[in-house]
Amino acid sequence: MLKIKNLHAKIEDKGILKGINLEIKAGEIHAIMGPNGSGKSTLASVITGKEEYEVTEGEILFENEDLEEVSPEERAHKGIFMSFQYPIEIPGITTTNFIKTAINETRKARGENDMPAKDMLKMLREKCDLLDIDQKFLSRSINDGFSGGEKKRNEIFQMAMLEPKLAILDETDSGLDIDALKIVANGVNKLKSQENAVLVITHYQRLLDYIVPDYVHVLFDGKIVKSGTKDLAHELEKKGYDWIKEEVNK
Amino acid sequence: MSQLKEKLLSSFIAFEEQKNIDSYVHGIRTKAIKKFEKEGFPTKKMEAWKYTSLKKTLNYDYKLFPTATEALEFKDIKDFLIDDIESYKIIFVDGKYCSHLSETTHDGMDICILSSALSQSKYDLVIENYFDKISKKDGITSLNTAFSSEGSYIHIPKNVQVDKPIQIVYFSTGKNESVLYQPRNLIVVDENSHVEIIERHQSLSSNSILVNSVSEIYCNQRSIVQHYKIQDDNRNASLIDNTFISQQRNSDYTLHTFSFGGELTRNNLSIFQNGERIESTIKGITIIGENQHVDHNTLIHHKKPNCNSYQDYKGIFGENSVGVFNGQVLVEKEAQKTNAFQANNNILISDKATINTKPQLEIFADDVKCSHGCTVGQLDKNALFYLRSRGIPEKEATALLMFGFANKVLSSVSIPEVKTRINNIIAKKLGVKIGFDI
Repeated sequence: MLKIKNLHAKIEDKGILKGINLEIKAGEIHAIMGPNGSGKSTLASVITGKEEYEVTEGEILFENEDLEEVSPEERAHKGIFMSFQYPIEIPGITTTNFIKTAINETRKARGENDMPAKDMLKMLREKCDLLDIDQKFLSRSINDGFSGGEKKRNEIFQMAMLEPKLAILDETDSGLDIDALKIVANGVNKLKSQENAVLVITHYQRLLDYIVPDYVHVLFDGKIVKSGTKDLAHELEKKGYDWIKEEVNK
Repeated sequence: MSQLKEKLLSSFIAFEEQKNIDSYVHGIRTKAIKKFEKEGFPTKKMEAWKYTSLKKTLNYDYKLFPTATEALEFKDIKDFLIDDIESYKIIFVDGKYCSHLSETTHDGMDICILSSALSQSKYDLVIENYFDKISKKDGITSLNTAFSSEGSYIHIPKNVQVDKPIQIVYFSTGKNESVLYQPRNLIVVDENSHVEIIERHQSLSSNSILVNSVSEIYCNQRSIVQHYKIQDDNRNASLIDNTFISQQRNSDYTLHTFSFGGELTRNNLSIFQNGERIESTIKGITIIGENQHVDHNTLIHHKKPNCNSYQDYKGIFGENSVGVFNGQVLVEKEAQKTNAFQANNNILISDKATINTKPQLEIFADDVKCSHGCTVGQLDKNALFYLRSRGIPEKEATALLMFGFANKVLSSVSIPEVKTRINNIIAKKLGVKIGFDI
């Protein structure tokens, strides 16, 4: 589904990604771990098409199509979704209005008609239930005055509504208490199928107890320096990242 | 002397000859034309007009009284009315009252026209008590006063909840000619009454139209007045709107001004608080683009203790448009415990757009809460990316953000159909087809 080949990217004049190779197939869950500043969030932003980042070398293929010239909204239409590490507060636009617009613009791009209002309401209700969200929350402005946990839950709610093929969860666990973490993880697991894939970006192993990855990659200084199974996450949790740094510097 | 001024002065005599010389208003008009002769049109040399030049606007060869007028049918004007609600309608076409398009009443209240109020003795008392009492005596307002003969006349006696909103719409057809109009509204709302008013000036002509409008609104004790100005005129039309509001104790006046259209729009708005426990709320959304200019010049005059005022103006400026906000809050020594809030927030979406914003607080009382804030910024790039990453195209995402920015002003609109209409105008203005439900 996603193939990243020798990806180099920079912001302003600072090189951050320095040759990433990664392949994610449908049905898989991958985790990327790594210390602060290793390029984890940059990788997520580059895959979703944030324009401040410039790809200087390599390529990202999504379902065999090069994403280089593809805008963020077109990537979303193709089925790429990112749960933001820091979801943006937008006063004056309700979550319902936002999500309706997002769904109908996506359908329009795919040559489909608007989702009938009745179906939309039903879906909103179902997904609220899935993530234990009070429906009143939908008529509030996007993330406006939300707690950290509410914002993250709103991200996964949007994911549930948009049904992406590839969901990138960027530090979704930060700011969540253990109960919220379980709800969010449970939501992600229920949405998971053999047709879609998840890329979890996290600092800690904690989330991976609930969203169990097939593969774990360690990102360090803009490169994937180690890959393994979920056991690698446990090892990192135990030994910390210094061990990786030493290994790389050898 | 400018050609237009000369033309106005010389046509005044002919205009007055058709009117009743013995009437009360005759004296007022005569004084007013002298005032206009002395003051003339405002120029950029005047502090209050520093950022708005009328030079180009005044340069057209305006007819003062339209010669060719076109008969209009309901279908011609439907789009410019809030047509999905029951309402009283006072419709003018080319300066003349148009009875077949209007719905007026004299049943328990007067919702009718100024020309009849000026010519019938039963209205004398109201005219003598209220006409030209609070309007400013500057050149531009005096000019309107001198030529004031037609407009809306609304008198709501005490304890009346007007059953439906009143729409006042001035159309101009101006075939083959440019016209200068001077509509005049007199609105008196007595004790404990409630009314909603929607006001609009609409040109259907491709020629230059200039409207110099004056409204006097009296909110007596405990009255509630909700007022909407929809300024979405075509690009050849300019408007100088002079609105004066006098409030008595415990009254509540709210104005929403939506400025989207027109070439040049100047809103001179003055509110005088003459009693205690008065609420005055004025809000505006301005969204303009190429070659458009909108200037909001507001005054809230706090004269008595324990009153509130709330101002919230939002502007979005594209292309080479120019916005001006000049908000004066004057708190007299007697007006203790005043609570005055003012905000003016602006987004510039083009490098060529300009906004001049100038809060002006003059406070002579010592126990007051007055705040003001103005901001000028650009759209938040991170928010734009957030929306786009969910599949909302750049144009629609930009529109949503702008709408979100302006939305706070819309939330207090009391008539749902007005809110829907404004939403639609904004969507059209921003060139998108998405809905902005609230």
